[in-house]
Amino acid sequence: MTVVLARRAVIVLALACAIGFPFVFSNPATTSIAFFTVLYVAAASAWNLFSGYSGYMALGNAVFYGSGAYFIANVTNHLNLSGGMGIFAWVPVAGLFAGIVAIPVGWLALRTRRHTFVVITIAIFFIFQLLAYNLQSVTNGSAGMQLPLPPWLAATYNDYFYFAALIAAVIAIVVSWAVRRSHFGLQLLAIRDDEDRARGLGVRTGRVKLTAFVLNGVLTGVCGAIYAYYLGSVYPPFAFEAIFDLTVALMAFLGGLGTVSGPVIGALLLEPLQQYLTQQVTAAGLSLILFGALFLIVIGFLPHGIVPSVEQLVRRLKAARSR
Amino acid sequence: MGTELAKAVVDGVLTGGVYALMAAGLTLIFGVMEIINIAQGVMVVLAAYLSYTLQVHAGIDPFVGLLITIPVMFLIGVAIEWVFIRRLAPRDRTALSILATFAVAIIIEGILTQAYSGDLRSLDAWYVERSVHLLGFYLPYIYLFGFALAVVLLAALYLFVSRTRTGYSIRAAMQNRAGAQLVGIDIDRVSAITFGIGAAATAAGGMVYGATNTFNPDSGYDLISRLLVIVVLGGLGSIGGALVAAILALVIEDVTAVLWSPVWASTMFFAVLVLVLVFRPTGLFGQRAVRAQ
Repeated sequence: MTVVLARRAVIVLALACAIGFPFVFSNPATTSIAFFTVLYVAAASAWNLFSGYSGYMALGNAVFYGSGAYFIANVTNHLNLSGGMGIFAWVPVAGLFAGIVAIPVGWLALRTRRHTFVVITIAIFFIFQLLAYNLQSVTNGSAGMQLPLPPWLAATYNDYFYFAALIAAVIAIVVSWAVRRSHFGLQLLAIRDDEDRARGLGVRTGRVKLTAFVLNGVLTGVCGAIYAYYLGSVYPPFAFEAIFDLTVALMAFLGGLGTVSGPVIGALLLEPLQQYLTQQVTAAGLSLILFGALFLIVIGFLPHGIVPSVEQLVRRLKAARSR
Repeated sequence: MGTELAKAVVDGVLTGGVYALMAAGLTLIFGVMEIINIAQGVMVVLAAYLSYTLQVHAGIDPFVGLLITIPVMFLIGVAIEWVFIRRLAPRDRTALSILATFAVAIIIEGILTQAYSGDLRSLDAWYVERSVHLLGFYLPYIYLFGFALAVVLLAALYLFVSRTRTGYSIRAAMQNRAGAQLVGIDIDRVSAITFGIGAAATAAGGMVYGATNTFNPDSGYDLISRLLVIVVLGGLGSIGGALVAAILALVIEDVTAVLWSPVWASTMFFAVLVLVLVFRPTGLFGQRAVRAQ
């Protein structure tokens, strides 16, 4: 009982901190880091919803990130929308579009398993990146596309995006939590543990995997759309970025694969650090070396992630006390 | 048109041979250790920079320089296996190995950026500049020399794996890791040697790559994506499959550039994999996985 209450208190407190953050820290450099952190909380949770629960390591999530970004760029350009809150209304639609993209991609990739699946998601990612360069009529190629500039003051400019990303993050976490507790989530976990046996026991593996993959696509597409509007422009290498594919995976790993809070904690730790590194270390090579070293430290010292390691520790302490 | 098409096919076959050599290392590492070495692409670039440095600062011809770069890359490969791969937790080995080797790739890219900046470089020699007249078109000598080198090294690799004691151990480890351990094969040693061989293959591949392309530390991404496509297309763990897949994919890419447009050529390269996997999820020569997840 106390555990449940404590957990609720932590969630309420975390949400209060997240909502209050931009009112306490108003420096645009800080709120920019906060925006990216919250955005990656959403993106890492989305990745974990499919890959963490099902055990299928997808390294092509930038496909949906980029699809969402290009969708909102096209909508604002074709409808001649002017900058403002109204554009946020299109963000969920961009998510749906990314979800539609995820259907054929998932159908194709999920015909394979394990390593082949990893590689085919990477290959599909590169196809989309090349398409972004080549489909001039939709993406304007390497010249990129511009989005309308919102008329907000510089001091509070980031806050609008911060709250949009926060809403996306809350939705992603709630969806992950709901899936984890549902029958559907159990089926995903069964697939992770032993797909053939799950199938033998009556889990419709193909349908379950594809549904989770599309859900992941929708949530990631939402993130991509917010990101595009924040940047004000879309270019192929930023919309379809290889580092994005791996960053979301690393965040989920750091926090704890397949847990609801894991990707959240992973993103909260890694993204500020990464943003800080890119802001402070100007030598491009050095920041790469530091980032890579950080990667290796995470993998070397916390192979199971923070949340499972802490849970293990708590369990051990409890066992020691009851003895 | 006919000449262009012939040139595209010859080009594809010759560069395909070199890609096959780089991919053979990747597929061998996968076969023995069940890990995907994301750093393979940037190691090719690293090898190209090694050849470049030897040539610019010591005046050593890139082909002669292989006598130095091949052992050096072998040792780098052994070191990477020993420091970063061996210690991975066995439970999530596949996923962790991808992240770990990607981290290694980022670090190597960072070191190369610090040492050489992001400017494009290329290797220079008489065989890069001079061309041979062939079937009505001109082809730089390096394409022929590079292909010959790749064929010789692939044959040597094949003989090594099929005729030597260490080669037997490698094949045993590929067939059944636990079984190989049971009969007394030192899996750690075999893994280190395999990773070393995989890296050594990039020494030769990187030299030819550096002589036929301009490169910078960023080139590793394009390379690794292509190499991954080749090894999956050929069936993970199959060296012969990698050879056929590399030549097939590069011929298709070059022919697309002639028949359709150069813009779509590299898209075709990746699309081939997608098309093949629709019909054969295990690749061209892959076997169905018997082991459960």
